[in-house]
Order: sequence, then C-alpha cells, then structure tokens
Amino acid sequence: MAESDNIVVETAEKIFADLADPQTINNDKKDSWQAPLWRALSEAGLPLSWVPDDLGGSGASLADGFALLNAAGRFAVAVPLAETMLAGWLLAQAKIASPEGEMTVLPASPKDRITLDADGSLSGRARGVPFAKAAKHFAVLAHGKDGVSIALVDAGKVRIESGLNVGYDHSDTVTLDKIQPVTLKAAPKGFDQTTMMLMGGVARSLQIAGALESMLDISVRYSNERVAFEKKISKFQAVQHNLARLAGESAAALAAATSAADAIANATRFDDEVYLEAASAKIRCAEAAEKGGAIAHQVHGAIGFTLEHILHRYSLRSLAWRDDFGSESHWAVELGKLVASRGADELWPLVASR
Amino acid sequence: MTAALRFDPIRLPEKCEQLRKEVRAFLAEEIAAGTFDPHKPNREDTDAPEFSRRVGAKGWLGMTWPKKYGGQERSFLERYVVTEEMRVANAPTRRFFVADRQSGPVLLKYAPEHIKMDILPRICRGEICFAIGMSEPNSGSDLFAAKTRATKTDGGYLINGTKIWTSSAHIADYMIAIFRTSQPTKENRRHGLTQFLVKMKQPGIKVNPIGQITGQYEFNEVVFTDFFVPDDHVLGEVDGAWKQATSELAYERSGPERFLETYYVLTELVRAVGPNPDTRSAEGIGRLVAQLHTMRRMSVSVAGMLQAGKEPVVEASIVKDIGTVWEQQLPHRVRDLAAFVEETATNRETLERQLDFAIKTAPKLTIQGGTTEVLRGIIARGLGLR
Repeated sequence: MAESDNIVVETAEKIFADLADPQTINNDKKDSWQAPLWRALSEAGLPLSWVPDDLGGSGASLADGFALLNAAGRFAVAVPLAETMLAGWLLAQAKIASPEGEMTVLPASPKDRITLDADGSLSGRARGVPFAKAAKHFAVLAHGKDGVSIALVDAGKVRIESGLNVGYDHSDTVTLDKIQPVTLKAAPKGFDQTTMMLMGGVARSLQIAGALESMLDISVRYSNERVAFEKKISKFQAVQHNLARLAGESAAALAAATSAADAIANATRFDDEVYLEAASAKIRCAEAAEKGGAIAHQVHGAIGFTLEHILHRYSLRSLAWRDDFGSESHWAVELGKLVASRGADELWPLVASR
Repeated sequence: MTAALRFDPIRLPEKCEQLRKEVRAFLAEEIAAGTFDPHKPNREDTDAPEFSRRVGAKGWLGMTWPKKYGGQERSFLERYVVTEEMRVANAPTRRFFVADRQSGPVLLKYAPEHIKMDILPRICRGEICFAIGMSEPNSGSDLFAAKTRATKTDGGYLINGTKIWTSSAHIADYMIAIFRTSQPTKENRRHGLTQFLVKMKQPGIKVNPIGQITGQYEFNEVVFTDFFVPDDHVLGEVDGAWKQATSELAYERSGPERFLETYYVLTELVRAVGPNPDTRSAEGIGRLVAQLHTMRRMSVSVAGMLQAGKEPVVEASIVKDIGTVWEQQLPHRVRDLAAFVEETATNRETLERQLDFAIKTAPKLTIQGGTTEVLRGIIARGLGLR
C-alpha cells in the first residue's frame, strides 16, 4: 500500500489537499466546503470504488479502496466517503446496482438487527448509523426466515433521529417500520452480519491509522516550533519519549490495519484467520486512538484543546470511529471466545498462520 | 511525506510453512525424548549442548549465511519461523542463540577469512557458544563510557578490565567485546573503542557468576588481567566500533524473542479458562491476542525489510519497545484474568508456577539488549527531534 504507486490514492489525495484541507475546513463555520468536496469525489468515482462497472461503480480493487480510506483518515475527511463505499460494497455482494449520491449502511452495530417480514417489508431500529442524515439511500442487511438478505432502501421512507458522535459527525438512529425496499436480494452463501461488521471495522481501522499518522506529524512539527523554558519543547527528553510512544502507536495501528486490509483483499472467505486479522485491527487501532490521541494533546498543551486548532478533527474523530461496527470491547470478547473455543494449543498456530 | 513509518504486510512464503512443520515435528520429538519440558520455562540449567548440535545438524543455525561457511543461504523469513517456533516451545536455545542471531553476522562482516572459515561452520554445527561483552560496571546504556583497555603489544593487544551482566559467559567459547584502544576525542566522544573477538576459557580471564532475581545464574562478571588477543582478532576498524554497532541493532531488536519471552502464561491462561470463558476473561484474552498478533505482524514486516537488504533500525526499535513492554506486562494481566479461575482448573498449579517465574523475569525484559529509554531516544532521533 505504498502511497506513490496507487492512482486511486493519488487522485484522492489531490482532491483532499485542494478541497478538504483541515485548517480551511476548520475555519469554515458554514460547512460550505462539503458540497464541492463531495462533487469532486463523485466525479472521480471514488465513493463507488468498490462497485463493479456493471453495477454503476468504478470497479477499483479492495486493496486500492482500503488505501483510499487510509488517505481519507490522514485528512480526517468528514463526508460519507467510507460509508458510501461500504454501502456500495454491500449492495454489490447481492449484485444490486448502486444509485448516485450519498449512502450509508444499516445496521452499523453488531447488536442491532433489521428483520425481513414475509410480505417483503423491512423493520427494525439501528443506532449509531454514521451519516444517516446525509444519506440519499441505505444499504441494509436484513434477517428473514430464509436467511440473510441485502436491500437498497430510499432514505425518504425511514425515520431518523439525528445525533452527533464524539467527533461532531452525524451518528443517527434509523427506524424502519414495515417499509418496502427499492430492491431486495438474498445475500451470497456464508455472508452474514459479522462479515459486514468486520469489513466496516477494518475500514474504520484504516481511517484511525491515517488520523494517527497526521497526529504524529502535526505533533512533531509543533514540538519543533514551540519554545518553553528557553528551548524548543522537542529537546526535552520527556517530550521526545512521549512522541516516540506516539510513533509506536501510530505504527502499530497502521500495521494492524494494513495487515487486515491485505488479508481481506486476498481472502476467498471470512475464516478464523481473517477474523483474527480484522478483529485485531479494530481492537488495536481503537487502543492506539486512545493512547496516541492523548499524547498528541499532551504535546500541544492548551492550544490543542481549542476549537480553532485542527488537532481535535483527528483526535475526536478517531475516538468516535472506535464505536462504529463494533467497539474494541465487543471484538475483544468475540475474539477471546473464538480463541478459547479453539483451545490453548491452537492459539499459537492461529497467530503463526498470519 | 509523513513522519510515520510503514510496516508493509509481508507474508511468510509457502516454503516457510513446510519448514514450520519440520521444526514443530523436531521439537515434539525432543519433548517426547525428555530434552526439555515446554511447560517449565524456569529450568535451573538452561544449557543444552546436545540439543544445540541436533539443531545444527538440521541446518537451522546460520541459515542465512553463505554455504562455504556452513550456512544454508536461506532467507531471513525462514530463520524467523525457526526462531519463533523454538521460543514458543520454550526450547533451550541459550547455547546457540546469540551466535546465530548476532555474533555470526558480525564475524561475517568484519572477521578475516581464515577466522570465518574456522568459526562460522562450528556455529552452524551448534558446537560453540558466544557471549557479548558490552556493559561494564560503570558503563551500561552509555556504551561509549567503556573503560576496559586494549593496549597494543607485539602481535596483538593486552586486555585489562571488567565486563559485567555478560549472559552465558560461563559457558561461552567466544566473546565479541568492545575495548578501549584510544581516548575519546573532543569532537567525537564515541571514538576510541574497538571490537574484538575473544577466545574464552583461557588464563587471564576469570568468569564470576552473578545470581539473578529469578534464581538463575545466567549472567556474569568477566575479569580480564593482561589477557592477550592477537591482531587478527580485531573486528573492523581500530577505534571505530561506533560505526559498526548500529547495523547490528536491527537484527537484535526486531525478532520474535522481543515479545514472546513470557508468552507461555497466555497459553496456560487460555487452558485454565476453558472453552466457555466468562465475558471478563474473554475480553482480556481477546485484547492480548490482538496486541500479540499486531506485534508479530510488525516483527515479520521488519524481517521482510532485512531480507530486502534494508537497515530498519528505527522500525526495529519500535518493535522492541512495544514488544518488551507488552511481554513485561503480560504476566500481570494474566494474573488479573486468572483471579477468578476455578480452583479446580486442572492446570492451575502449572499456571501459578509459570506466573511466579514470569513475574520475576519481567523486570529485565525492558533492560536487556537496549533499554526502553535508549530505544525511545533512537525513535525520537528518527522523528528528527534530536
């Protein structure tokens, strides 16, 4: 996933640099940056990266899409790019074509369930749905008596209670009350809600890793500018060691996330080994968001605690991303159960298989 | 360009998995034959010379070295597999581990040909043991404060002084040590140290054992009194050891031994909680496994960089920093999680005995081979802060 040899990432980074510069966005109180950014991303085909050509998308590889999400994290991009990519990917699993415009996925938590009734209608409530308020359509995974289905739903048919996550992005409660989907098809064999949560979790892991890269950058830069006690604070050993730990957390997050992305991109099915990779990425990246973000704030002192500084765009958003598609506590419990059920002597073979 | 470091997702090639099977089968045979007990890391005698020879006979020592010196010309990734399987099995690797990991590579790079031809094949056969002579009573992390003198004499040098905390010196056949050949200069305080090959078990060298808080006697004080080292045992540039030390560090600091030293308590915890753990145990185990998996992926990635001919010193320092802090905390986390394990768990006694040893081992893990503070200094330099 080197940045330089990936045309999708290069295109995205150019758009982000032009239209999603964190300082410019942070100064813009009216959110007038959102429409031009979304338009540019759409014109480049990026929100539908994971949708094949014949279903209306741009047909990029899973690997390229994951690298794109990592780049989006480096800019703390606050439009539903990841959500639309995941929605398009989910619809494509059932060969459902993607419409234009913003989308998001339902449910966004392993605890919520949408049910498919015998009359073909969908019901249920999904909490913490990222960017539901901005979505024109929803990609929905539903459970019926014949198994798992995937549906495209018009946003006009659902009830949305609006909310904000800790990073000030929309995270809404969506209620479906016997609504008829635009399209509904059976999910492929073996595809279930866990598969969808693992995929969403890896997307969030890459975004967190990207945000940590930027937090490391701006923290190093600030420590080389700020003077206290008559020297640059970067010359204090205590500050150096904190930044070294931040570099470690950033590296661990990036390693875990890119490894999981590589595992999914090359997998034929979501077996125990892919589960280990994806669950571990979400757990470790969430831990890194907490530890790394705290160091970035410590280095910045009071200025980093202000709304006018860009640090919070990365730190709060990466903390918020921990909650989507299963928190680290959720995945730790599930991974722990998997390890225990395989037995003590199968733990090392599982770890070594990757 | 960002300050962040990349750890590309290197995968072990297929031939590594075949090798892994061979190593596991070999270790299973050794365990069955009673060579060692994988559940007992707290052996009093960790030296196993016959086992060392059998590992050598398998071709698993000096694996990456040229064939003319007894090596196999295999990859760092293959060596990685052998190392991690030995470590996870708690195999007695003391006799050959240092020679295979770092003394051999130093000789390959700096020793004259006739010495390479003499010594390297014996390392590959598992016959000889190496120690590293770095620390002195008043020089630990500050390597360049070393005072043990090498004074020029006819045909070589006379060594006087003391090395300390020298692991395996009591069984070692050779030591690779740094001695002072000149005083440091005003411009460069690192100037004046030279790397030497020292043949142990000779008059003029006295090895005094030092008891460790684990109850083991693995490190030593080594006193040199007018000990003669011939000229051809100088390794590299006289007075220039400081230029040679850094490339070694990437080998020394990124391997699986930097996070697996207390791994056995995690296996035993999983055994103790059984197939249906409560939520608390499951979450604790899940987090530890996620952290372990992440470190291993980072460590494999560094092995890939070494294989590609890079010198990932900063990346290796990050692996060792995160890895050693983790393996240090591991016995304490396992103790927390085991607090409510049923008294009737069949392996409770084994787990308690292991925890007792791992908790005593833990303090050294962030000191040996480069302290946490030294590592963070290297990382900070990599970030452009120093």
